[in-house]
Amino acid sequence: MGQRTPLYDAHLAAGARLVDFGGWDMPVHYGSQVEEHHAVRRAAGAFDVSHMCVVDLTGDGVRPFLGRLLANDVGRLTRPGKALYSCMLREDGGVIDDLIVYFIQPGFFRLVVNAGTADKDLAWIRSQAAGHAVEVTARRDLGIVAVQGPGARAVCTPLLPAGCPAADLAPFSATPCGDWFVARTGYTGEDGFEVILPVGALPGFWSALLAAGVRPCGLGARDTLRLEAGMNLYGSDMDETVTPLESGLAWTVAFSDGRDFIGRAALEAQLAAGSVRRLVGLLLEDRGVLRSHQRVVTAAGEGEVTSGTFSPTLSRSIGLARLPAAAGDRVEVDIRGRLLPARIVKPPFVRHGRALPGILETTEESKP
Amino acid sequence: MSQVPADLRYTRSHEWVRQLPDGSVEVGITDHAQAALGDLVFVEVPEGGRTVGSGDAFAVVESVKAASDVYAPIAGEVISGNDALATRPELINEEPYGQGYIARLRPGSAAEIEGLLDAAQYTAHLASEA
Repeated sequence: MGQRTPLYDAHLAAGARLVDFGGWDMPVHYGSQVEEHHAVRRAAGAFDVSHMCVVDLTGDGVRPFLGRLLANDVGRLTRPGKALYSCMLREDGGVIDDLIVYFIQPGFFRLVVNAGTADKDLAWIRSQAAGHAVEVTARRDLGIVAVQGPGARAVCTPLLPAGCPAADLAPFSATPCGDWFVARTGYTGEDGFEVILPVGALPGFWSALLAAGVRPCGLGARDTLRLEAGMNLYGSDMDETVTPLESGLAWTVAFSDGRDFIGRAALEAQLAAGSVRRLVGLLLEDRGVLRSHQRVVTAAGEGEVTSGTFSPTLSRSIGLARLPAAAGDRVEVDIRGRLLPARIVKPPFVRHGRALPGILETTEESKP
Repeated sequence: MSQVPADLRYTRSHEWVRQLPDGSVEVGITDHAQAALGDLVFVEVPEGGRTVGSGDAFAVVESVKAASDVYAPIAGEVISGNDALATRPELINEEPYGQGYIARLRPGSAAEIEGLLDAAQYTAHLASEA
């Protein structure tokens, strides 16, 4: 039996089918993954993501410590409430985890890390924090609910603690509300909030969301939504064996500020050596479904699908793949022994409920 | 609770067989199987004329989650795959025992069908797996 969030009983009562995810028993869907996906694209859905771990970092040395720990530059977080996405790297540039860091106030930053990596992340952070004036606290007393969709903020805001200034939040920023914490962030490509709150308040908030018409959504829809939004999944699209540069995450690595972040030398050496593999978006042009680990054949050598699914919004199969640097625009994917044509496209595939320009057009023109 | 029609035969791997008056059979996956798979998004059905052995992987059903093989419940020759599934894979979710059938087969031997599970045995099998 895996670990359970405080909403475990509520999930069972709502008809959830549970799966193991990173050692946690989590809902994969509550009946129909596709309908949950559409609910988030068209209205609002709620995800229990309390398996993810909140880590608070406090002390005078926090900012310089994070400048060393993270490949992205926390110096960009100039105002309290701002959030930043970053990878945390090993010395050899391998990705230990990807995370969001929130600047709450001077001497106080908050990280949200993945469930399956939380223990190793904490051990790494604590080992690196030695010698810095930093206290590391895993906040297992907090749960997280993501409320996502074009209608999410409107339906969620009245359910937050009285006086919570969440209605004024700019995208990718956050605010404390007493012992709650509300961020205008997410993993779906839609507007919405991620609400961090005491576990005791979790069941009440969850049932209030459902009573207000928000659809409960499982990890299945979370995966199709994030892939349509072109977002990486740790463990599938990157892990400790690859660097952010070969994971489509070069944009999250801040070289220009001259910081000596962990992994910097390895990334610079990789760039200097050249021919860095790249993570690209794929649109399957034939019928079928891209899946992780499928072989990709390109003119420049072979690569591999790292994430693949059927996109409910596009009604086509999409994926991410790690390919040789010189791969052209057209590749073939080995699906059960047959090589099917796929086109390289630039993620995201879907933003705010619609296909992005250039994702589908070429194929439509080629129709008779 | 999943549906198990009394007039069909079943396999432990969750396929069903319907005997038709002309001696051919329809095969598909059970209500339990479609519910476990979730929303189906792609189905690869066998082509007519193909000879299959009992237990051969002869079709593929893919849900948003994963791809799964479908095994031929009996040996025989494929008369036709259900081409409607190419554009409407969700028929398997909606009518697993009806329009969502996977293929029609000409059985190699009628006796093999008699060796499959009946509805009561399949129901017991489901209970044992739960």
